[in-house]
Amino acid sequence: MNVPVALGSLGKPCESEASPADRLQAAWSVLDTVPDPEVPALSVRDLGIVRDVVVGDAGTEVVLTPTYSGCPATEVIADSVRGALQEAGFGPVRVTLRRAPAWTTDWISAEGRRKLHAYGIAPPGPVEPEAPGVAVPIRIRPRGVDCPRCGSAQTERLSAFGSTACKAMYRCLACREPFEHFKPI
Amino acid sequence: MTDSTALRAGAAEAAMAGAVLGRAASIAPGATPSVRYVLRLADTCLIHAQRLGEWCGHGPILEEDIALTNLALDLLGQARALLTHAGQLDGQGHDEDQLAFLREERDYLNLTLVEQPMRRSSAHAPGGDFADTVLRNLLLAQWLKQHWRALAGSCDAELAAIAGKALKEARYHVEHAAQWVVRLGDGTPESAARMRAALARIWPYTNEMFIDDEVDACAEANSLGPRRSSMRPAWRAAIGAVLEEATLALPADSAFVSTGSRGVHSEHMGFILAEMQHLQRAYPGGTW
Repeated sequence: MNVPVALGSLGKPCESEASPADRLQAAWSVLDTVPDPEVPALSVRDLGIVRDVVVGDAGTEVVLTPTYSGCPATEVIADSVRGALQEAGFGPVRVTLRRAPAWTTDWISAEGRRKLHAYGIAPPGPVEPEAPGVAVPIRIRPRGVDCPRCGSAQTERLSAFGSTACKAMYRCLACREPFEHFKPI
Repeated sequence: MTDSTALRAGAAEAAMAGAVLGRAASIAPGATPSVRYVLRLADTCLIHAQRLGEWCGHGPILEEDIALTNLALDLLGQARALLTHAGQLDGQGHDEDQLAFLREERDYLNLTLVEQPMRRSSAHAPGGDFADTVLRNLLLAQWLKQHWRALAGSCDAELAAIAGKALKEARYHVEHAAQWVVRLGDGTPESAARMRAALARIWPYTNEMFIDDEVDACAEANSLGPRRSSMRPAWRAAIGAVLEEATLALPADSAFVSTGSRGVHSEHMGFILAEMQHLQRAYPGGTW
């Protein structure tokens, strides 16, 4: 167990006047400033991967849920979260990974969706439950995704896989520009 | 040679052996059924990911090059989580890297299918056939997807969590592979002929996916996961529907049963392991 007196960044006991609720709010605000390394338009909080934050006397615990099994950004994100909170005086910070329930794009915040769109990435639609039965979907055109540049619904998918695990490649048939789509998962 | 130079030479040799030509000793995971059950899945994901990685920079079109390596990345992530978990179940303190790189061939428990040459040719098998790759992706992705769905209800909470995540990824893998199988099978005479040849070559290896042994019996008895044979009907129905759409006939089953998941591999396994293990064997514990 840690010593029950937290040390602030200046090495003094940090018995600040801020209430625990304010401190927690402040910790969440710090996480608003930590970008996703692969989609820097989004903060880790927008992305919905921060599942819990506990600010205690002996430090801070952050629970993250990884996006994709093979996402190479997972370690980088954990380091950035740790660094940002420590710098803001919330150390020592412990980051734990929670796999279940699995992350879904439904957890991306409304603000996150707005930022994605502004960044030129079509945000994900709602995740649809898997159709019952054994049928494998073939020759089914994926649902329309609107072009984030001109807003046209006349778009087509070039590939379900893109520059990162979370994105698909599309092109707009109206403005002829290629764009990325954050695919629902 | 004076004593001191001999000593120095000896020390240099020892340093060489340790630092430059070091040899990481092999590790041997325990043989308990639950460890073996998890390793079978982990190794199948790991070796299939390694084979798919051979396409990196060589895909027939840029989009497909990226897609194949995306699939490999997902599979590698799944393998990492499973290997870590297998190490914990085994209780010998082995981490994912040690399990991935320091086992002997007989201790790898992947399906024989995934170790077969994919893009590159070997002395005994032709490689480089894209039809082979997309078909293999379909057969395996559907098999894995059914595993993930069943494992999401495992009594092992960590295994269930890994499966819950992987299931979402596998949906995209199956869809992508199925679209290619249909496009090539119902494509030009050349692409259809290639698909038929790939099907004839690969199909005999699918028996292993559904043959039970004591590891499966134990997994089922302990509610760890499904026995492999239980997944055959749904797998055949799903694959059959895609092949029908692709105008390809479901091949007749053969009597051949490969044995990779029991640790007895084909001649290709040693070569892929040599490639995968070289760095960790020569530079033990080396990191990026």
